[in-house]
Amino acid sequence: MKPLALKGLDREAIARRAAQDLWDGAVVNLGIGLPTLVANYVPAGREIVYHSENGVLGVGPSPLANDVDPDLINASKTPITLVPGASIFHHTDAFVMIRGGHIDLALLGAMQVSEAGDLANWSTGDEKMPPAVGGAMDLAAGAKGVYVLMEHTTKDGAPKIVPSCTYPLTAARVVTRIFTNLAVIDVTDGGLVVREMAPGVDFEALCARTGAKLHLASDWRQIGA
Amino acid sequence: MIDKQKATLGDAMAGIKDGAVVLIAGFGNSGIPVELIDALIDQGAKDLTVVSNNAGSGRTDVAKLLASGHVRKLVCSYPRTSGSVVFEEMYSAGRLELELVPQGTLSERLRAAAAGIGGFYTPTAAGTKLAAGKETRTINGRDYVLEMPLKGDVALVKAERADRWGNLTYRLAARNFGPTMAAAADLTIVQARHIVELGGIDPEQVVTPGLFVDRVVHVPNPKQAGTP
Repeated sequence: MKPLALKGLDREAIARRAAQDLWDGAVVNLGIGLPTLVANYVPAGREIVYHSENGVLGVGPSPLANDVDPDLINASKTPITLVPGASIFHHTDAFVMIRGGHIDLALLGAMQVSEAGDLANWSTGDEKMPPAVGGAMDLAAGAKGVYVLMEHTTKDGAPKIVPSCTYPLTAARVVTRIFTNLAVIDVTDGGLVVREMAPGVDFEALCARTGAKLHLASDWRQIGA
Repeated sequence: MIDKQKATLGDAMAGIKDGAVVLIAGFGNSGIPVELIDALIDQGAKDLTVVSNNAGSGRTDVAKLLASGHVRKLVCSYPRTSGSVVFEEMYSAGRLELELVPQGTLSERLRAAAAGIGGFYTPTAAGTKLAAGKETRTINGRDYVLEMPLKGDVALVKAERADRWGNLTYRLAARNFGPTMAAAADLTIVQARHIVELGGIDPEQVVTPGLFVDRVVHVPNPKQAGTP
């Protein structure tokens, strides 16, 4: 029997939490889906340069309705703004940055993450379902680091953090941190370490919704505490 | 005198042959040369291979080209987006061949064609299903996949400003694939919102030098892709 749904953080709160771990001066690509929301959050006192694969450095927060420009969009194809200091460039340069190791961190969505940090986010392997890879494999191979932002389970309640991915891989052993609606989890040589849990979530409930073995950090905290 | 301007969209499409590889610039609905795509459909060339990052949304522009039945194969990084109904219908009905390419590999394969490079090794997709059947090589302890250049017979590009030599600027992030595709095709056709006098674009601000452009047509009020 699947455990009852545990809501935890909403999507904006996951994005806000992930932004707290971005350091002053970091150049951070925001992948399609949940990660593009992170542009709305820059921790006070830091300058973070958000990169979008379609040729933008210096992505700012979402525009007000009156300021939407159809030629200023992110990987999710939703409207963006530019911060002072932003630059526009063509696709090949955008991917020179990505593939050449010039991006400090890629924030990506995922269908599955394994306990070894393997990432699966482009195909379920179902040949009837059209696949879509976008820049995911380039980012996973080329960025200096990869953090994942995702819901902890599928809509049906199936775990997305698994012992090994059953979906085709985007890249092996690239994810080092996972932000979900329920927890912040590090991928370490010693396994998956839970650093933080959302309000209302306990370790037993978290383990029940996770396919892989979790270790609770001795100094774990509540998210936002 | 060099004058790459064409009076009509129909003139701009002259000579495109059945079986052509057509590069279509754009990302999502930004930078899609909607009027050139409509003109290509009217021109009637069939059995096309279309290279485009996405597969269109709704039933306009790239989706309309797919639905026209003129396209045999799509080379694409992210065909399944919200609203990609035509692609999904045709793909599941087996009426469209798909070559899925990681976005950076797509861009670099185009650049390689533009630059006369015979192929390149990239770590992107190494060890994944998308590297199946491709030559791989270990360089300095890392696995790389051999990727081949991707040349267009035709490129369709949306620019903001053009002069009669084909020098181009683009609007904001509508630039995306335009410069690379313009350089990667034998016949590069550009629609521009503004046609300016020669010298009207500051040389320091030219993004695509006119050398890469063959034909320019003035489309003063371009439609935004994805809108009916």
